[in-house]
Amino acid sequence: MAIDRKTVEYVAHLARIELTPKELERLAHQLHDILDFIDKLSRPDICRIPPTSHILPLSNILREDTPKPSLSADKALVNAPSREADFFSVPKVIE
Amino acid sequence: MELFKLTAHELQDKIKEGETGSKEAWSALESRIKHLDSKFNSYVRRSNPGSGDSSRIPVAIKDNICTEGLNTECCSRILQGFRPPYDATVISKLKSAGFSVFNLKTNMDEFAFGSSTENSCFGPSRNPWNPECVPGGSSGGSAAAVASDQAFWALGSDTGGSIRQPASFCGIVGLKPTYGRVSRYGLIAFASSLDQIGPLTKDVTDSAIILNVISGHDPNDATSADIPVPDYTDALKNDVRGLKIGIPKEYFVEGINPEVKKAIEEAIGKFKSLGAAVKEVSLPHTEYAVPVYYIVATAEASSNLARFDGVQYGLRVKADNIIDMYKKTRGAGFGDEAKRRVLLGTFVLSHGYYDAYYLRALKVRTLIKEDFDRAFKECDCIIAPTSPTPAFKIGEKAEDPLSMYLSDIYTISANLAGIPAISVPCGFTRSGLPVGLQIMAKPFAEETIFRAAFTYEQNTEWHKQKPRL
Repeated sequence: MAIDRKTVEYVAHLARIELTPKELERLAHQLHDILDFIDKLSRPDICRIPPTSHILPLSNILREDTPKPSLSADKALVNAPSREADFFSVPKVIE
Repeated sequence: MELFKLTAHELQDKIKEGETGSKEAWSALESRIKHLDSKFNSYVRRSNPGSGDSSRIPVAIKDNICTEGLNTECCSRILQGFRPPYDATVISKLKSAGFSVFNLKTNMDEFAFGSSTENSCFGPSRNPWNPECVPGGSSGGSAAAVASDQAFWALGSDTGGSIRQPASFCGIVGLKPTYGRVSRYGLIAFASSLDQIGPLTKDVTDSAIILNVISGHDPNDATSADIPVPDYTDALKNDVRGLKIGIPKEYFVEGINPEVKKAIEEAIGKFKSLGAAVKEVSLPHTEYAVPVYYIVATAEASSNLARFDGVQYGLRVKADNIIDMYKKTRGAGFGDEAKRRVLLGTFVLSHGYYDAYYLRALKVRTLIKEDFDRAFKECDCIIAPTSPTPAFKIGEKAEDPLSMYLSDIYTISANLAGIPAISVPCGFTRSGLPVGLQIMAKPFAEETIFRAAFTYEQNTEWHKQKPRL
């Protein structure tokens, strides 16, 4: 599967990463080579093989929904680049 | 007596016998660090222990493990200035076991993306055996610090070989525990189905001591296993008689450096002479491990790194609207390899490509896991090289990401299958670079690994070699 500059531009938009034209050029080239290599995965027969997303036989680890001590708002906001009262502050989202 | 040269357990014994104190040990270590750190760039941040803490043996910590109030930046511009408001579970466990954790943070590839530490925003670490070479990665700072006696021991993390490969390149011991053995709470996530924290140490005994401390179920990590933790030091027995060792034939084909191959073959001979039963096994899907990994790991990374967007922590580049703020922050904050991996991961998960790449990779991952299930019906552990080559030169693979990815070819499978694996020193090349031997076992069979590794260590002298500094 070939990946072109346009696809990389689209994926960069999905991933919310601004790229310079130079970066875009280089990445398109490198991702093309990597995907070319990855294409060897089309060889093994997988039609009856179940997927493994996780290696331990665990599912639905639940706990009682009871309040416990957790980080205070001040501690949770200690690294905020910008805060107002007990909120993270960001540029306006809704027009 | 040069205290910094001791292993942690040797130092503990000397402190117990009253021959020295840990204050003396710290000041020996401190002057060692002052003397060598600028040469190897192992540490990205360091300061003295607080007054109460200088009575304990310090542990160096990789820069992606959260330490309360101490900068934890994953060697990335996007996390500059990040001070976690809590400790990772492994850090709380070390502290309550009486070890000292303070500002001794080691260098790494940004977000653990790499095999050389060249992707660190603080510049590469250097290999103590040859400063022109990389120490491996991504836990290269931890490995270089331990190998040059600037740390008694260190913690690292291993997603595709990031503890074992630098341990191998630097001539020390590095363990990746079974997935779920050690809590990942407070480890800044790279690929959540593959990541494990583990020790980098001067010998196998120290590795078992640390694993005793950091293992166990943690309600804060739903994927940590609720399985009892044995005393791993009980497994340190100098005896491999009757141990069944498998040698995977697929690991000795194209691409392996002849000096590495020779060192591994000699180690296999050593195990035979010590009474182990050695037989060939097959892991037929080995050639697919690297492509599966670079789909699964980048897909998970693209999701995990979505949180670095300039809102909650780290870098923010100002913009008029929030989408541009995200894009500019991430464009300026991520290095080349982080961008490459997030884009690749986003691509393989994107509409129209999910089935062809991500789902297919998960299915082939099943085949790789089944290879190991089958092999472990025939043997107790598997022995292989840790890396196909010794340490390579700084810059050698920097322009060619694919050749860098292929240097993880022998370590990646253990992460995909979730099994434990260790790297121990097993020789040197003619130019004086260390070679590592990898021992893998069934899930939660760390004791088998320790038994084999300890026996090998007791009957060889490789781990006692030190670089001339």
